[in-house]
Amino acid sequence: MSKFLQSRLGAWTGFAAAAIGLFAVAPLIMSGFRLGLFAQFICYAIVAVGIGLAWGRGGMLTLGQGVYFGMGAYLMAMHLKMADAEFRNGPGAVPDFMELAGVRELPAYWVPFASPAFTVAAILVLPTAVAVLLGLAVFKRRVKGAYFAILSQALAGAFAIFLIGQQTLGGFNGLSYFRYFFGFAINDPVNQQMLYFIAAGVLLAVVAVSLQLRRSRYGELLVAVRDSEERVRFLGYDSANIKVVAYAVAALFASVAGALFVPVVGIISPASIGIVPSIMFILGVAIGGRGTLLGPVIGALAVAWAQTTLSEQFPSAWTYAQGLLFVVVIALLPGGISSIPALARRIRVKNRPEPVEATA
Amino acid sequence: MDLIVGQLFTGLSTGSILLLAALGLSLTFGQMGVINMAHGEFIMAGCYTAYVVQQAVGDAGVSLLIALPLGFAVGGAMGLVLETLLIRHLYHRPLDTLLVTFGVGLILQQVARDVFGAPAVNVTVPEFLRGGVDLLGTTVPKTRLFIMALAVVAVAAVTLVLRLTPAGRRIRAVVGNRDLAETAGISSRTVDAGTFFIGSGLAGVAGVALTLIGSTSPTTGQSYLVDAFLVVVAGGLGRIKGAVVAAVALGTLQAVFETYSTASLAKVGVFIVIVVFLQLRPQGLFTLRTRSLA
Amino acid sequence: MPHRFKRRSGPTARALVASAAVVFTAAATAACGARAGEEAAAAESCLDTSGDTIKVGALNSLSGTMAISETTVRDSIYLAVEEINAAGGVLDKEIEIVAEDGASEPVVFAEKAEKLIREDCVAAVFGGWTSASRKAMLPVFEDNDSLLYYPVQYEGLEASENIFYTGATTNQQIIPALDYLAETGVESLYLVGSDYVFPRTANAIINAYAEAHGIEVLGEDYVTLGSTEFSTIVQQVNAAGADAVFNTLNGDSNVAFFREYTNVGLTPEDMPVMSVSIAEEEVGGIGIENIEGQLAAWNYYQTVESETNTAFVDAFKAEYGSERVTSDPMEAAYNSVHLWAATVEAAESFAVDDVQEAAGGIAFDGPEGTVVIDGDNNHVSKTARIGEISADGLLYTVWESEGPIEPDPFLDGYDWAADLKVTD
Repeated sequence: MSKFLQSRLGAWTGFAAAAIGLFAVAPLIMSGFRLGLFAQFICYAIVAVGIGLAWGRGGMLTLGQGVYFGMGAYLMAMHLKMADAEFRNGPGAVPDFMELAGVRELPAYWVPFASPAFTVAAILVLPTAVAVLLGLAVFKRRVKGAYFAILSQALAGAFAIFLIGQQTLGGFNGLSYFRYFFGFAINDPVNQQMLYFIAAGVLLAVVAVSLQLRRSRYGELLVAVRDSEERVRFLGYDSANIKVVAYAVAALFASVAGALFVPVVGIISPASIGIVPSIMFILGVAIGGRGTLLGPVIGALAVAWAQTTLSEQFPSAWTYAQGLLFVVVIALLPGGISSIPALARRIRVKNRPEPVEATA
Repeated sequence: MDLIVGQLFTGLSTGSILLLAALGLSLTFGQMGVINMAHGEFIMAGCYTAYVVQQAVGDAGVSLLIALPLGFAVGGAMGLVLETLLIRHLYHRPLDTLLVTFGVGLILQQVARDVFGAPAVNVTVPEFLRGGVDLLGTTVPKTRLFIMALAVVAVAAVTLVLRLTPAGRRIRAVVGNRDLAETAGISSRTVDAGTFFIGSGLAGVAGVALTLIGSTSPTTGQSYLVDAFLVVVAGGLGRIKGAVVAAVALGTLQAVFETYSTASLAKVGVFIVIVVFLQLRPQGLFTLRTRSLA
Repeated sequence: MPHRFKRRSGPTARALVASAAVVFTAAATAACGARAGEEAAAAESCLDTSGDTIKVGALNSLSGTMAISETTVRDSIYLAVEEINAAGGVLDKEIEIVAEDGASEPVVFAEKAEKLIREDCVAAVFGGWTSASRKAMLPVFEDNDSLLYYPVQYEGLEASENIFYTGATTNQQIIPALDYLAETGVESLYLVGSDYVFPRTANAIINAYAEAHGIEVLGEDYVTLGSTEFSTIVQQVNAAGADAVFNTLNGDSNVAFFREYTNVGLTPEDMPVMSVSIAEEEVGGIGIENIEGQLAAWNYYQTVESETNTAFVDAFKAEYGSERVTSDPMEAAYNSVHLWAATVEAAESFAVDDVQEAAGGIAFDGPEGTVVIDGDNNHVSKTARIGEISADGLLYTVWESEGPIEPDPFLDGYDWAADLKVTD
């Protein structure tokens, strides 16, 4: 079975099945509202794929993906606000929330976001560039492990606090009330379904990119860096560069997810990108199986779904469940649910247990 | 002049608060390379210890004196349980420990919410700590002087224990080289448990002290945690003097930034300073020279 | 080069990327809905009025940082619904509450609001607390053409046909507070607030007011939401020596602020603090010794003397325990349910259009006095009250406006506020 999944045919079959599920089955069985929710979960899943790469394969526990998610989201939100303002009051108009905050002149850094092309380019380039710079700064100096985790977490905290202080970015309330997405009315159910299709398509693409990276020589190197960075260095590779690439790709995925999140959900605020939301991105990845290709996706979808469903009935119990999941899954099942079949097989065969994959 | 004295004082005061919150963390992080995200919740447990004692005793002064050692015991006991049940089994997976303890923190917060209710509770400041003292032209609240004194006492106590007692010698041996210490007949297991007890106990003490200036609510600990981590990172692994210098430096930096810009930008500024600083000294202010490659 | 690293299936994966891209573009161009400027097909309301019951939503944060405040609002919503049901319901239908948890996150508020409207088919939703949560829900209620009753004082500058604002807007809270301070001879102010929209807007109004009335603003400081480090700010406040402090801090920050304030030796006599976010609920956590004698501005206190209020407080305590207190947002939420019921009775319909049509002029004799919906902006008229915090932890009115103040969310009636207004 696992041989089959690793084969060419297996990959094709898997993708075909996922595409049918996402594009044909889901819209049929879900109401418009549920489909919208699912699109939101898919955004989380896209972030999770990136974390799976950086953390699961590269060993970099990034507790600050909210930063890149937020960048993508705010960049997109700025464009949507500009487009709305332009549609209502002509070119160069000040977005509504700024008028309310008493801002009469459009701040200069907002101006380029009137252009859709510039916005899309910024969403792809800016967070990636920040990740590369930060990654070089950190990894070249061999800051790693717990130090890196804490720095990335502090970065998420600092970024959220910074945004709260920026009145021209909506401050604590964030940006909301978007009417059009590249010229299409967001409140039209047909367009909402289209947004879902886009999110689902991006998820498939992101998983494909991740698969490509994992199977390339680079993917092998990344795992080698995770398991024994010194040896990779002694072999003559620059381990920092290898890590920077994975970190930057994860940032790019998070940014794209953030950009999709904005039209799907209709709001982005610092509350969605601070320290706690950033750690929560990790939970799904850990549950699904950090080192696997699809584990993070399934884990992220499952956690988001459970949160919505359970918190409706038992708000306080959900917090306990979250805490327990962190403890139980990570302490007892570091491979996540994806490792259950392998574990079961190992117990059944009663073979000499294979060494557990080092993941720290 | 007033402004400079005021800022210096604020820096020292903020620094001593950071130090109290970070001291125990520095100890456990340095000893085991373990990041305990539930440390903030141990601080919170200290806050609630102060509250419960005050409810029982009544007199604010007496209850503070009882709560300080009791907070140490409560925090320490929680740390010991956490170490024995979970952390001990995860020593080779430090990043996983971080996530597991985050989960523990979530649970403890919710427990506090369910037991004490979500609203902040009030811990009365004892009569002898109310009001301020005039010092070089500025008014300095007595509570802050008390916290500074407590931070000095805590640092002195930890230093003395590490330097002069047999237990402290064993701790230093394990920090220096775990395997060699094992070979010399030191049970690193017992030492780890002991370190965790002391480190978490210090969090409890910090919690009791923080009720004097801040609020006591289920999320109290969280607000100090990230700053405390930064102190540990900047100070260098397992170096008490590193933690002291870093805490005071960060406190002063925060106070200066805050005076000349906004509090939000001050936080961002502090973060940037730390990243730049780690460029210069990736292992923190004071490096412990080991032969470890990691 | 080490040859052990084999390229196992690079080309396949690349083909997968390409095919995913194809699928994605194909799907994206397959069908398109309304474009900018076209009227989108609004979602049809699924409200069912055939049964004996009518559903309404209660959307409050039951978890997260805002749960402290919002659970109290939920309690008073339940109380109002019980009262209405005991009196025979609305249009002879029993009200059934569908409760949801906003989890203190704007995104969750938007999600749950949509669920209440589209899946539970509720006639109206009561709840929300932070402006962020209201801003997040606003498009949901407009797009689905449904109703939200929002019970908290806020920064004004908003009026949606789909939201009824039963808390104070700025001219019913901030401006009366300033009037009161000016009356008592305050000539200089120091502004301290949490860094978010309400304090910033409030302080913009205060600055404009101060300029027009010859009051000097000696300083304006913001702290991060939830910050508990006030050493620097209180030192600056102390050094500035203003006649009074205007405090728009929120939540736990108030605890740290008032402790520091008392500890440097500042008292209500030398420098009173006027707060707009401290109600009966918060006093306990701050500690009465740190805040006794300070001022607050609201429209309602538990101690308001009227028969309706006595009945409300008694009913609340009977339901939830004698140690509980009632506060302004709770009272506004209680009023909002009664106002909705009264509007539905007047419209003789649950349909959103009919309710909107009938709302203007609907009055309810609430605990704070009579409140009337202003049909132009969906706010309500409210009596402003300045309260002093007393040793028993309750607030007592020291000043109140002459009768209810008409809501003016855009401050159109104040010349000095002209610069604050939206230009269009």
